[in-house]
Amino acid sequence: MSNPVENREVAVRLSGVKKMYKLGQIGGGTLQKDLQSWWARVRGKEDPNSLIGSEQRLSGETFLALRGIDLTVYKGEALGIIGGNGAGKSTLLKLLCRVTAPSAGEIDIYGRISSMLEVGTGFHGEMTGRENIYLNGAILGMTKAEIDAKMEQIVEFSEVRDFIDTPVKRYSSGMYVKLAFAVAAHLDSEILIMDEVLAVGDMAFQQKCLDRMRDAATKEGRTVLYVSHNMNTIRQLCDRCVVLDKGQIIFEGDVEEGIEHYMGTKQTSSGVVELASLKRAPEFAGHAVTLEAIWSEELQNAVYPVGSKMKLRLSYTSSRAVASANLRMMVRSAEGNPITMCTTNEGFSVACGTRETVEIEIDTSRLVPGRYTLSTVIYEVNEMGHNSNLDGLKEIYNFEIVAVSGFNNNMEWTTRYWGNTFSEPMKLRKITAGPTR
Amino acid sequence: MNQEETKLQRQPSQYHTHISAKKRLFSLNLGEVWRYRDLIILFTRRSFVLTYKQTVLGPAWIFLTPIITSLIYTFVFGGIAGISTDGVPTLLFYLASNAVWTFFASCVTQNAATFTANANVFGKVYFPRLTMPISNMLASVIQFFVQMILVAILLCYYSITGAVSPNWWGLFLLPLILLQLGILGLGVGIIISSLTTKYRDLAILVTFGVQLWMYATPIVYPLSQLSDGVMKTILMINPVTAPVEVFRWALLGEGTVLPVALALSALLTVVVALVGVMIFNRVEKTFMDTV
Repeated sequence: MSNPVENREVAVRLSGVKKMYKLGQIGGGTLQKDLQSWWARVRGKEDPNSLIGSEQRLSGETFLALRGIDLTVYKGEALGIIGGNGAGKSTLLKLLCRVTAPSAGEIDIYGRISSMLEVGTGFHGEMTGRENIYLNGAILGMTKAEIDAKMEQIVEFSEVRDFIDTPVKRYSSGMYVKLAFAVAAHLDSEILIMDEVLAVGDMAFQQKCLDRMRDAATKEGRTVLYVSHNMNTIRQLCDRCVVLDKGQIIFEGDVEEGIEHYMGTKQTSSGVVELASLKRAPEFAGHAVTLEAIWSEELQNAVYPVGSKMKLRLSYTSSRAVASANLRMMVRSAEGNPITMCTTNEGFSVACGTRETVEIEIDTSRLVPGRYTLSTVIYEVNEMGHNSNLDGLKEIYNFEIVAVSGFNNNMEWTTRYWGNTFSEPMKLRKITAGPTR
Repeated sequence: MNQEETKLQRQPSQYHTHISAKKRLFSLNLGEVWRYRDLIILFTRRSFVLTYKQTVLGPAWIFLTPIITSLIYTFVFGGIAGISTDGVPTLLFYLASNAVWTFFASCVTQNAATFTANANVFGKVYFPRLTMPISNMLASVIQFFVQMILVAILLCYYSITGAVSPNWWGLFLLPLILLQLGILGLGVGIIISSLTTKYRDLAILVTFGVQLWMYATPIVYPLSQLSDGVMKTILMINPVTAPVEVFRWALLGEGTVLPVALALSALLTVVVALVGVMIFNRVEKTFMDTV
């Protein structure tokens, strides 16, 4: 990192932080092992259950969720933390919130810290909105005097003034969340930690929350640590970001670069993508059909100009014959937002035992330049018209749409404002004669 | 906003938290607990408010529960079993004994479930975990004093009629007795709750345990009713016996006060409290991974 950063005041410092989890169930066996370990320690012998060669992330019955994190967060900074599922983001936040302790390493926190791993922690349905504000505020570390002073602001922000003396069990889920967030947003603490809590409430309220957090960081000089899967909120809120992968920091720095880096871990597909060995979601655990591979005959790399349709080949095997199978292809942006879906109109037959290949054409001609992923489900429609899934895989094919000259009058397309699809150019005709208004 | 900024600048080093993998044995961080005193009060309040929400009789239950229990005791132990109460009017005897036992028992049972019952809150946000057991204890103290109102009414009546002669100055010992029983109950409760985070078996056993413990304590009978033997030895080792007897001696004028028993009881309380703190410190930081 560059030098000017070094002079700033430190808010949070982590050095060599590791977190280990024990896998498996706790039961009689655990008690026996605990006693064994304890007895060994008492006699000064080596613990028979200690780890040998704990270099691997997953070794035996333990799992290293974090493998040595070194990170310094400066005061007044809004730091975004991104990473795929299981990268260790939530574990990191849990350690910072002191919900659990690290297995190794040191954490120093300068200032009061308040966490929003979940909104409405400690809310109780039987108690009124006002009572819950007091309790929730106190749990988050405010004193009664502080809450009294902020009560008016909180009620105002929450937009539920009329119901403030009604038990919250009568609230709609939206009202509940708004009230809960209002409390959290008015905390006095110097460091705010948030885990995707903004994925709730209506759009207008979400924006309000983001603005509030932005203010906390820029105008009030507070430190914000924010974890999200939504790259757009990271862009809006954060001025620095950290990319986590498999329990380690793989990138630290500028937000756009960080997002690029994170996306970069998702290369565009090339050649034949093998699908058979990929891990299925639990719902597809006993899949009758196995999707084997997906590839393009025309392109080595999945990069398409705007306006093109994608032709792909998909092969599969099946353990039974299916009279009428159908395919569904979901298109998501690389950031994870669903864009569109297409499905086969007529069923096709699937033979038992032999490997078959189908060619599919997906209309991607309306997608704007950017990176996308394809997810697929193959499903059966029986004589009664019922659907049942045969196999499915997420993010099997990553492709990129690139702009062609003349697209959008050669202006760069801003997804944030205009979305991921474009429409036919507008028809315009000037009226000089005839009825005008 | 300006006010906010200056406030932040004034106190940068005031709150410095250091977290490391090392565990300390005997630190309770009471300063932090004190900072969260408002939370303790709110938790205490909540436990009362919630118990009596959506009940027809509401707070009247605080009075009704001990009255009904004492009437049952009076009927079963006083009436059917015919256990002597050393000349103290039976209803008063059971009401007073019940008050002091309920205090101790609720300290144990409520705290025994602390970690598991509040796992959803503990898992999402940090606040000194000790606030929960302390507020549980405070709620038990308040409940005790409410019950003592009933005891006081009966006591006034019976002292006027001359049926009981309390050792009035002994009443000054009451806070000490409460403190000792409170710490003991808290200690036992915390030990159980710390162990239940990993082994849930204890949560099931605690119900039977507390019931058994009551019969091993002179609650429904006075200590003087027992002749020397194994049973009496168990009772004398039981650290709850001595405070209960002192309590009844002060309040009702009847009770066996043995300095040796009191000293033993105090010693056991200290040991339980220390062990409780030790286990609590071990478990507090990481119990979320196992609960």
